[in-house]
Amino acid sequence: MVDEKEQIRIGIAEGAILTGSGTLMTAGLGSCVGLVIYDETRLLAGMVHIMLPESPHVQPPHPQKYADTGIAWLYETLLQQGASHAHLRAKYAGGSQMFQALQMEGLRIGERNVRAVSMHLERLQIPVIGTDVGGHVGRTVWFELPSRRYFIRTARGDERHL
Amino acid sequence: MKRLHVDPVTLDALREFGNIGAGHAATALSTLLSGRVKMSVTDARLCPFSEIVEVVGGGETIVAAVFIRIFGTISGNMFVLMSLPSVDRLLERLLPAPSHVSEYMELEQSAIAEVGNILSGAYVAAISDLCGMSLNQSVPAVAIDMAASLLDIGLMMSGDEENQAILISTSLVHDGNNIDAYFFLLPDLDGTEVLLDILRGKIRHG
Repeated sequence: MVDEKEQIRIGIAEGAILTGSGTLMTAGLGSCVGLVIYDETRLLAGMVHIMLPESPHVQPPHPQKYADTGIAWLYETLLQQGASHAHLRAKYAGGSQMFQALQMEGLRIGERNVRAVSMHLERLQIPVIGTDVGGHVGRTVWFELPSRRYFIRTARGDERHL
Repeated sequence: MKRLHVDPVTLDALREFGNIGAGHAATALSTLLSGRVKMSVTDARLCPFSEIVEVVGGGETIVAAVFIRIFGTISGNMFVLMSLPSVDRLLERLLPAPSHVSEYMELEQSAIAEVGNILSGAYVAAISDLCGMSLNQSVPAVAIDMAASLLDIGLMMSGDEENQAILISTSLVHDGNNIDAYFFLLPDLDGTEVLLDILRGKIRHG
């Protein structure tokens, strides 16, 4: 079964690691952020579907839900799987504001998610290779190994990659 | 750490709650469309996030959503989701010259918002009467996109640590017109506990 490509679907507030050829995908990102960190020199990548900027606890049962604990989980898991810090790179998309008419500050979570992701990656000194964030559109995203391409498809049928 | 638990009796009360709300919403919609509106499904349970988007046919299904924020005794988010064919059928009844362009213009969007507003208003009124709560609702916001991308903002405020939320969903069918409208009431996590307490109180006191 070595030749078979693995396809991993990630749900809202979940995360997964891919160790070989295959795809990591998450459907219908709105204000959430789909973050991929991968090792430039190996077939190793992980994705988290981040919902909120900050965890209310130090050790939440589902760390992938939050930018702070989700990025820490992804980083540590990749290192355990044999990634080296110097070869880690990041790509991410999402963080929309889906309902344009909403004026409530508390609901502008998309922007806050993107800011939190960018800040934590900078703190860990992981270079960001590409992003596709903001706007008012939903995104389905997937990341492929071995190409290390991050694909984005919107409801309007636009498709692009990072 | 917060983890929601709902016992079977409370679940029945929650379902009843959904029925009453939907009944009011059906009456409001039948007045608006001058036809008979039937309430067809009610689902009320503690539901993992992944299943919530499955209710409307999967996360990537394109839907029209009206989002309303509820505040007062409990706070929460309410969504009215409609399939695009259902929206077209609604607009045919509501607007003099329906546009046949691929994107909905301002007029169509505000018609969708108004339908969402009327339906959710009926729902909210029924719930506040039933539970003796005072509830207000925000101005409706409309968007058309993938179901999961529209609902995620609602789940953010509702989910517990196990990523479950209280889902009250209802489907309304306008006779001969097949207008499927799904209601999602997603109380904020704190609101959920208040709501469950009120429901349990109702059960105990008949």
